[in-house]
Amino acid sequence: MRILEGGIAELGEYLSAHVLTCLVPAFFIAGAIAALLSSGAVLKYFGPQANKYLAYGVASVSGAILAVCSCTVLPLFAGIYKKGAGLGPAIAFLYSGPAINVLAIVLTARAIGLKMGLARTLGAIFFSLIIGLIMAALFAGEEEKRDRTTNPAMFGGTEDTRPGSQLAIFFGLLIAILLFGTAKIPFWDKVAVLISLVTAVALAVSRWFKEGEFQAWMQETWKYVRMIFPVLLVGVFIAGALKVILPPEWISRFVGGNSLSANLLASLFGALMYFSTLTEVPIVKALTDLSMGQGPALALLLAGPALSLPNMLAIRNIMGTKKTAVYVSLVVVMATLAGMLFGAVA
Amino acid sequence: MMHIKILGMGCRNCRTLEAYARQAAAELGIEAEFEEVKDMDKIMSYDVMMTPALVVNEKVKVAGRVPSKEEVKKLLAEEA
Repeated sequence: MRILEGGIAELGEYLSAHVLTCLVPAFFIAGAIAALLSSGAVLKYFGPQANKYLAYGVASVSGAILAVCSCTVLPLFAGIYKKGAGLGPAIAFLYSGPAINVLAIVLTARAIGLKMGLARTLGAIFFSLIIGLIMAALFAGEEEKRDRTTNPAMFGGTEDTRPGSQLAIFFGLLIAILLFGTAKIPFWDKVAVLISLVTAVALAVSRWFKEGEFQAWMQETWKYVRMIFPVLLVGVFIAGALKVILPPEWISRFVGGNSLSANLLASLFGALMYFSTLTEVPIVKALTDLSMGQGPALALLLAGPALSLPNMLAIRNIMGTKKTAVYVSLVVVMATLAGMLFGAVA
Repeated sequence: MMHIKILGMGCRNCRTLEAYARQAAAELGIEAEFEEVKDMDKIMSYDVMMTPALVVNEKVKVAGRVPSKEEVKKLLAEEA
């Protein structure tokens, strides 16, 4: 019975204005990214002739744009690896796909804390770059020798004809709505600001959007909501239930504080365990409520979404056991270190 | 006989695309054979970067998104 209450209480926290005022705009932003940002414009950075620095840079942040479905990450990864810019950028993309996710970052910042949200974002971008570069360096010899029939045509895609300034303004407005919605300003001031921002967005849509783009935006947003929200609620309920079932002493014994073992354990757990999009947030929050340390919490957030046992097997099919083992180890080690660093300064 | 392949790892988008393809073929009165391609190397042999993808008689008609059922019908009709 208390388990039920625990689950429901946690649900109550998440279905509050506090969380929803940032989740709702975030879903719209994710939908806009999916509908408006043409993957063609981004894909060209991963072609075989692409500038390597750009490839890494773009890879480490573009996961959110290209990976709509989590099963899209794998073919894209395989394509970049085998027929495009190569192992390094492909790995950077592979890690950043699940890690740089507008919804996850917003929810982390809101439900757990701004510091954690920031740490997670910076950590993810940094990790993508570093892990990609390390793997490229480690396997440089092999890359040279591997018979790569690269295919620049695959990375052509359709160019976006919309001026960048329009996109910048549009997304800027959406982000402003997100930030103002959650800012600590008097209620009616907030309402006034939000109304003007939403009007500005409506103006932008009527002036700048092509035929069908508004519908596409709404459809993509709804697709995300349908895909993610129900599972998130289940995750929240389970997290709430866990808070009642698991004794805090257990949690603090294994992952409390900021020791190497605590961070490492959290990291390993995250790497093996499968987290459906966004569910890592309520679970980590529940664990921290049960006295998991801040450091291990970050470690879990950095290793969790990117890896899982089934995911590792699929990656292994694409790049072989040795490289997969190196990749997983790098993620676990770096997540552990990042956790220890964060735990020490937070 | 039209050979229709759905390239993808089996997530919901691939299911939807397959459903649309089946309905479209039925509505167009086309006799078609359906195949699901989940193997990564085979998927890439079609030079497809993003799944789900629809391949009709070995031609890639669409990749990286799930088109509307109407669009699927149009694409199938092109290859009929």
